[in-house]
Amino acid sequence: MNARINPLLVGFAALVMIFLVAPLIIIIGASLSDTTFLTFPPRGLTLRWFENIFAVDAFRSTMVTSFQLGVFGTLLSLLVGIPTAYALNRFRIALPRWLGTVYVLPVLIPEIVLGFSLMKSMIIGLGVPYFPGLLIGHALLVLPYAVRVVSASLASFDFSIEEAAISLGSHPLKTFFTVVLPNIRSGVIAAFILAFITSINDVSVSLFLTGPGVSTLPIQILAYMDQFFDPTVASVSVLLMLVTVVVMAGVEATLGLTFLTK
Amino acid sequence: MKRWLAWGLVGPATLAVLVFLIAPVAATFATTFIDPRGPFAPYVSYFASAFRRTVLFRTLEIAVITTIISVIVGFLTAYVIARAPRRAKGLLIMAAVFPLLTGVVVRSFAWLIILGKNGILNSTLLALHIIPAPLSMLYTEGSVIVAMVYLFVPLMILTLVGVLESIPEDLLQASTSLGATPAATMRQVILPLATPGLIVGAVLVFTGSFTSYATPQLLGGEQQMMMGTLLYQQAMVTFDWTLASTIAVIMVVLTIAIVIAMSALARRLNPVAA
Repeated sequence: MNARINPLLVGFAALVMIFLVAPLIIIIGASLSDTTFLTFPPRGLTLRWFENIFAVDAFRSTMVTSFQLGVFGTLLSLLVGIPTAYALNRFRIALPRWLGTVYVLPVLIPEIVLGFSLMKSMIIGLGVPYFPGLLIGHALLVLPYAVRVVSASLASFDFSIEEAAISLGSHPLKTFFTVVLPNIRSGVIAAFILAFITSINDVSVSLFLTGPGVSTLPIQILAYMDQFFDPTVASVSVLLMLVTVVVMAGVEATLGLTFLTK
Repeated sequence: MKRWLAWGLVGPATLAVLVFLIAPVAATFATTFIDPRGPFAPYVSYFASAFRRTVLFRTLEIAVITTIISVIVGFLTAYVIARAPRRAKGLLIMAAVFPLLTGVVVRSFAWLIILGKNGILNSTLLALHIIPAPLSMLYTEGSVIVAMVYLFVPLMILTLVGVLESIPEDLLQASTSLGATPAATMRQVILPLATPGLIVGAVLVFTGSFTSYATPQLLGGEQQMMMGTLLYQQAMVTFDWTLASTIAVIMVVLTIAIVIAMSALARRLNPVAA
């Protein structure tokens, strides 16, 4: 599509772009304000709200927890998700067709329902401690990314290469690591990145699985805002936006940002 | 042998979904149907309360309005992006992806700074002498809808850019050369081809806004309680788990009903693509 477009429409799209970007710029401005309340444009410039993040114990500990959940939850989901994606593509005929839908369920069931149900059956019912509970919740939450993104790159993988290696005497397991995995590397990295950012930003599942002393950064931000309205939250938000920048660069380098439009 | 290996490979993930998703959610459903007051009693009691009926209708209303606005804004913007020159297109897609990958809490929080009593919108309107005193914009249905539209427009744009790009250039040229006005081309060629994408996007926006928690919590407060915030309150503040489970079931059932209805609509509107 490349024909001429109505200039009014172009103007409208420009306004939408401003609508999308301006609030994030306002957060950056508010994080630098030398006032004890949130305001934009900033009055006076200071970095003390960034220092304040690290002065508040709860922010430091929840940042660590969120990072751990993002990394280990994602690794856990890839550990079970990659073999699943492989089998769904390689042995399509041996498996029932509806099976693929099972791994998308964490997206279909409202997150808040999943969080509440996990809290009841796992934390209260089975007495699972908070951190492992959160880890399971996050791994489940990002499983659809692990299965679907890896599946997408396996769909364009030519399995006859693998068969050739095996028929030439390579062990199937060794073949997977030396032939299949290198070919779907960018899909695995992209799945990791998208799962990681989903986990870091999650509210609705974590909400029910946090407890005394164990919380995640987004939940801590919500709790902090209940009591304080100073620019600290704006500076934490800026840090989270820096994570987004890194993630975007990662997606661009692996599958390309246009992957997200498919 | 192959079948055995295939099931072995999908086993761990399947078991995880079964144990940690299907069983707990089934337990939530079961709680509401084995109530000592009789089956369906929790639902009767849910709808007996005028407050809780209001919460459900408010949630539906906010989700429907958010979906309609996001679909229109997203479609028009995606249409421009799909036809933009290559370099501009990359930048525009980045501008849509960045908010999408930024968390719900951060994006909702931005609107607290904008719409607050001392927020940028109030101070601008005061400085321009458009209003005599600051308006209370937070904790209204409007503030929740604005923040939700902000949340979901990027998703809509990204869903539609790919769909609109896949419409062959020849088709549009053919339509024009056969004498169709731009409006007719839009209505008879582009819109029907974009329908599947529009429906997928609308389903994502509707289910996302219908089940949201952080945005109504931050911008709606107690005054504009939605199903998500009510579920949390009943589960973690009042500890009425039967009521919380009832809310959860209503959310799941309505979400699934909407998904099914929308896909049926997609099939009717566009039998070929679906």
